Amino acid sequence: MTSYIIKRLLSTIPVLIGISLLLFIMLRMLPGDPAQVLAGQMASPADIELIRTQLGLDKPIYVQYASFLTRLVRFDLGRSARTQNPVIEEVWARLPNTALLAVAAITLACLFGIPAGVISAVRPYTWIDYTFTLAALFGISMPVFWLGLMLVVLFSVTLKVLPAGGTGSWQNVILPSVTLASFVVAFIARMTRATMLEVLSQDYTTTARSKGLKERVVIIKHALKNALIPIITVVGLQFGLLLGGAVLTETVFAWPGLGRLIVDSILARDYPVIQGAILIFGLLYIMVNLTVDVIYAFVDPRIRYD
Amino acid sequence: MTERTPKPVPGKDQAKGLDSPFRRGWAKLRRNKAALVGGCMILIYVACALLAPVLFSGNPSAPNLGKSLEPPSRAELLGTDELGRSILGRVIYGSRISLLIAVGVVAFGLIVGVPLGLISGYYRGKIDFGLQRVTDMLLSFPGFLLALALVAILGVGLENTVISIGISMVPIYIRLVRGCVLSVREEVYVEAARASGTRDAVILLRHILPNVMVPITVQTSLGMGTAILFAAGLGFLGIGVQPPTPEWGAMLGSARVYIFNAPHASTFPGMAIFLAVLSFNLLGDGLRDALDPRFKL
Repeated sequence: MTSYIIKRLLSTIPVLIGISLLLFIMLRMLPGDPAQVLAGQMASPADIELIRTQLGLDKPIYVQYASFLTRLVRFDLGRSARTQNPVIEEVWARLPNTALLAVAAITLACLFGIPAGVISAVRPYTWIDYTFTLAALFGISMPVFWLGLMLVVLFSVTLKVLPAGGTGSWQNVILPSVTLASFVVAFIARMTRATMLEVLSQDYTTTARSKGLKERVVIIKHALKNALIPIITVVGLQFGLLLGGAVLTETVFAWPGLGRLIVDSILARDYPVIQGAILIFGLLYIMVNLTVDVIYAFVDPRIRYD
Repeated sequence: MTERTPKPVPGKDQAKGLDSPFRRGWAKLRRNKAALVGGCMILIYVACALLAPVLFSGNPSAPNLGKSLEPPSRAELLGTDELGRSILGRVIYGSRISLLIAVGVVAFGLIVGVPLGLISGYYRGKIDFGLQRVTDMLLSFPGFLLALALVAILGVGLENTVISIGISMVPIYIRLVRGCVLSVREEVYVEAARASGTRDAVILLRHILPNVMVPITVQTSLGMGTAILFAAGLGFLGIGVQPPTPEWGAMLGSARVYIFNAPHASTFPGMAIFLAVLSFNLLGDGLRDALDPRFKL
């Protein structure tokens, strides 16, 4: 297992290099002088010159990339053009908020999506299955930012039971996490239904039933346990969608997370912060995929990583 | 001809001789009510886009501050926005922008992604390795985030929105087409064409491309929905299509400030996005079931 984790970690290096290349190219593709862009609109010529020397922008392109990688490894992403704070500080300050939202959303999505998928599979082609299938399709097609606004209209404007935005209490987390979860719950429910339908037709499920086991035991212990691998995969994959959705959800609910930071930085053309936040998003995505791969081995001991 | 069809469709269709996956698919698609509803909804959106000046006379972007944030009424069926502009007119004209973006994005994805996927799968070797690493790199970012990062580089506006979302779609087409080509290139008819000295370009276009059209068609329909959703998301954040162009996402973005006193201004543009995406998803799902039920995206 340890050797697998090490191998899997090593395999993320090309992707990391890819992300670093993307960020490097991103800065070089910007119109105008990168030093001017990084220094911000208000910077003096001396500041711009200092940044040019610090970043080695006067050196050949491969030297610039090597220097960029070196700084990246040390998480030195420069300073924000708006606040002049180190980018890494800005990003770290917002990360816990996005993580809280993402974890709450994924938990909610699993709590609703997996049972919905199981019920659909146990009662296929009945009204309850059709209802869940339709709800899943609606969930996939619904723009999160619109759903968020409609939830605000219902729960904050009309019923006045939940805050429309901000942070500070557990009530502030409800609407953003429900909004974000809606995005993912549909995929989890669809995958759970499809996998459960397949597993329920397997011989070992028939054997479990013919042994006289209770239906609940057959479904949970025999079928669901075997259907977990694809479900975990889809939960992991949806994490990427969730990060994209977080950008929009955080905007709707004025949630001070990484997504909101990216949007504010794009609007202010604060490129060092955009780079830093996108890098952290990319790293998070890679780490989640790695964790999913490792969880496979625990869920299904038949999986061997040689 | 009819005997060789694996699952002949009974009745009249069989008599006509259904010899292509698309003909067989059309026969199945006609029986899928959800897909038909999706298709009809798309036709309504296309009609709105084409007949916008007929359906709504006047300039949808011209402000009329005296009628600011009026609720729905007989005179203004969907009410007015913060600048007193008809929301109905802007939603109708918005269908032009959203469909234009969707077609542009999918066309970009197809024009760039399909040839690269064909080349990658057919030639394999170093070209394939290089292209797949670039694809891995692009796929290592969630699609919307990639589009967001690209907009940050290229800048806001309609064209850059199409290019940014289009680039985020390219790796999906490359991966999809490459996967199909890898199996098709081993078929006997491809080997026969190669043995008879047919040029690679002809083999790719005449023998391989028609056989990978099914997944491309399905992805195109689903991709249109995703493109509308992404473009609306960028518009909502203020970094997509810019005002006063009537784009649904941008309309929502400016209306959200008035959510407490004029919720109607947020409701209708959002509904337009939702129904458009839903209709492409319904059609896409139907096409997948009809053309190749084994194929899952």
